[in-house]
Amino acid sequence: MFAKMRKTLARLTMAACVGAVTFVAQAGTELTMYYPVAVGGPLTQVVDGIIADFMKENPDIKVNAIYAGNYNDARIKALAALKSGEPAQMSVMFSIDIYELIEQDAIVAFDDIATMDEDRAWLDSFYPTLMENGRTGGKTWGIPFQRSTIVMYYNKDAFRAAGLDPEMPPATWDELVTAGKKLTKADGSQWGVMIPSTGYPYWMFGALTMQNDQVLMNDAGDTTYFDAPATIEALEFWKDLGSEHKVMPQGTVEWGTLRQNFLEGKTAIMWHSTGNLTAVKENANFDFGVAMLPANKRRGTPTGGGNFYIFKQTTPEEQQAALKLVKFMTSPERAAEWSMKTGYMGVTPAAYETQKLQQYVEEFPYAAVARDQLEFATAELSTYETGRVRKALDDAIQAVLTDAKTSESALKEAQSTADRLLRAYR
Amino acid sequence: MRHVYGWLLLTPAAILLIAFTHYPTVATFIESTFSKGTSVRPSRFVGIQNYELMIQDPIFWKVLVNNLWFAAGTIPASIALAIAMALLVNKALPGRSFLRLAYFTPTILPMIAVANIWLFFYSPDIGLIDQVLGWFGFSGHNWLGDPGTVLGAIIVMTVWKEAGFFMIFYLAALQHLPPELEEAAKLEGASRWYYFRRVVFPLLMPTTLFVLVNAVLNSFKLVDHLFVLTKGGPDNASNLLLYYIYENAFSYFDTSYAATLTVVLLTMLALMALAQFFFFDKRIHYR
Repeated sequence: MFAKMRKTLARLTMAACVGAVTFVAQAGTELTMYYPVAVGGPLTQVVDGIIADFMKENPDIKVNAIYAGNYNDARIKALAALKSGEPAQMSVMFSIDIYELIEQDAIVAFDDIATMDEDRAWLDSFYPTLMENGRTGGKTWGIPFQRSTIVMYYNKDAFRAAGLDPEMPPATWDELVTAGKKLTKADGSQWGVMIPSTGYPYWMFGALTMQNDQVLMNDAGDTTYFDAPATIEALEFWKDLGSEHKVMPQGTVEWGTLRQNFLEGKTAIMWHSTGNLTAVKENANFDFGVAMLPANKRRGTPTGGGNFYIFKQTTPEEQQAALKLVKFMTSPERAAEWSMKTGYMGVTPAAYETQKLQQYVEEFPYAAVARDQLEFATAELSTYETGRVRKALDDAIQAVLTDAKTSESALKEAQSTADRLLRAYR
Repeated sequence: MRHVYGWLLLTPAAILLIAFTHYPTVATFIESTFSKGTSVRPSRFVGIQNYELMIQDPIFWKVLVNNLWFAAGTIPASIALAIAMALLVNKALPGRSFLRLAYFTPTILPMIAVANIWLFFYSPDIGLIDQVLGWFGFSGHNWLGDPGTVLGAIIVMTVWKEAGFFMIFYLAALQHLPPELEEAAKLEGASRWYYFRRVVFPLLMPTTLFVLVNAVLNSFKLVDHLFVLTKGGPDNASNLLLYYIYENAFSYFDTSYAATLTVVLLTMLALMALAQFFFFDKRIHYR
């Protein structure tokens, strides 16, 4: 009996020693990062590649990068992991989740971690428009990573067939309608234009309202302008593309299958995220072009996509390691590589000055459209209670596009819902 | 001493039942009487306020009505189809196993995969359905983008998915029917339809009850396809109760309102299960 116990004890001690040894060997910092992918393509491999490079350069930091589905899934998984006490130090999440994350007290401001002078300079090295969704209350909470704008993809072959100049994509709403009419075939085999209205309708709508010189919300995230006359007019135009001008299918246009529609020639023009650029480039068997979105009173598009966030429940060492990783992934070289492989934007001007991205842009000028459009860009819809406010607007847009309500009544309703939700935050 | 043994034997089952059924139910109910909490504004007791909000919430009524239509559309259709398929593959046919497998395939596929396939079936112009209709001269229709057809489109897909599963139960039941009954019916000169209506169908009733309970539960439980197909849109036209609960809990982080809706869902399901067992049980002939 005792002999047996001694044996067991000895084994346990041995196990403990082995455990201690491995622990020492692994000392250093371990980071768990969640990240989402919102558009198709093998983006997980790209991320894994960058992470592997980072660990090679920083052997004392171990990074577990976990692919977590789309933006919604990533937020849910990260927050659920935090609540259950599982370690997650950082995550790429929707840039517009910022108010929700602050309210949940889940994240730290980068200003509190990045305290050195060079860090400050780094914080200012990004495109200011991309920082709009990451800053509030005078602090920086999110660092741009997979950021996009909406661009217009068009089928040059279809333009030629319709007698349009393929190098002159429509630059105004009127031109869009005129070109659309020429491009739409009566038998329904080809539409002029498709603007997706499922998945992220408020995002596309942000572009239309900006083009009509109207923003959807204020900087503090506590007031929306859903029932402004220019907003109503923008929605009216969107609906008219289908019901009045007949250049777009009536009803809603599916986000998930739109790229396929474009690649199969069912629509001559699509509005979509720049995140699709590389996939379109690789799969289009026709001559295609990419252009900025057309203007009405001005050009405009919301930015979109994901930011890096660092969670609050972390040790200072973990925060510094996480900061190191964020810096690595947004460094000009990496940002350039990321942009070339996906179509997302290089997040800093320096990324576009790297040799490889310059060369790429020279061969493939469309890679720079999203950057050039930044000048006209605005923040994506993001407020307190953002899920509900967004849903109110999404429902209004879909109700109008499917002819269930008029633009004015639907948007007034959405505005009163938003007012009710946001009153507490003003 | 004897009852101690009894309790000890019951303990494992009781622990599981309490931990995974009773405790969550009670916790959900308690949560539904508290307000949404954030770290800035902690949650507090609000009594029935969440329920009042729910009654005033037009989306709640919309999803409830949608769910009833969804149930009405999927339950009878999938059961009828399941019986028809089971009768067909119960006969001696060439290639019978292949046919059985073909009917059962949709059940094997995960719902998310099914939804992804059907997303392309339904997509306007390029989708399978529109292409087939195109041969007959119909122009494309935006099945999932039109509030008038979206719920119907989802019902069709769900019936396709579920019927094969129910078929298995009917097939098993049919194979237990004694062949003498059919011989006797033939001798008496009963038509096939009469034989089915007066002999086979009543004998299948225990299976039908089981399938019915499952079908009702599924019509409130199955929402996986909404994530892929419509996200409840356009304008909530295809939103179902459980998906709305998910939206509240995870998109809006309003767990208390989600709990409120869950209590309603639970109550409804419990009532329906009770009604089915008490009402139908009397009319079912068990051998």
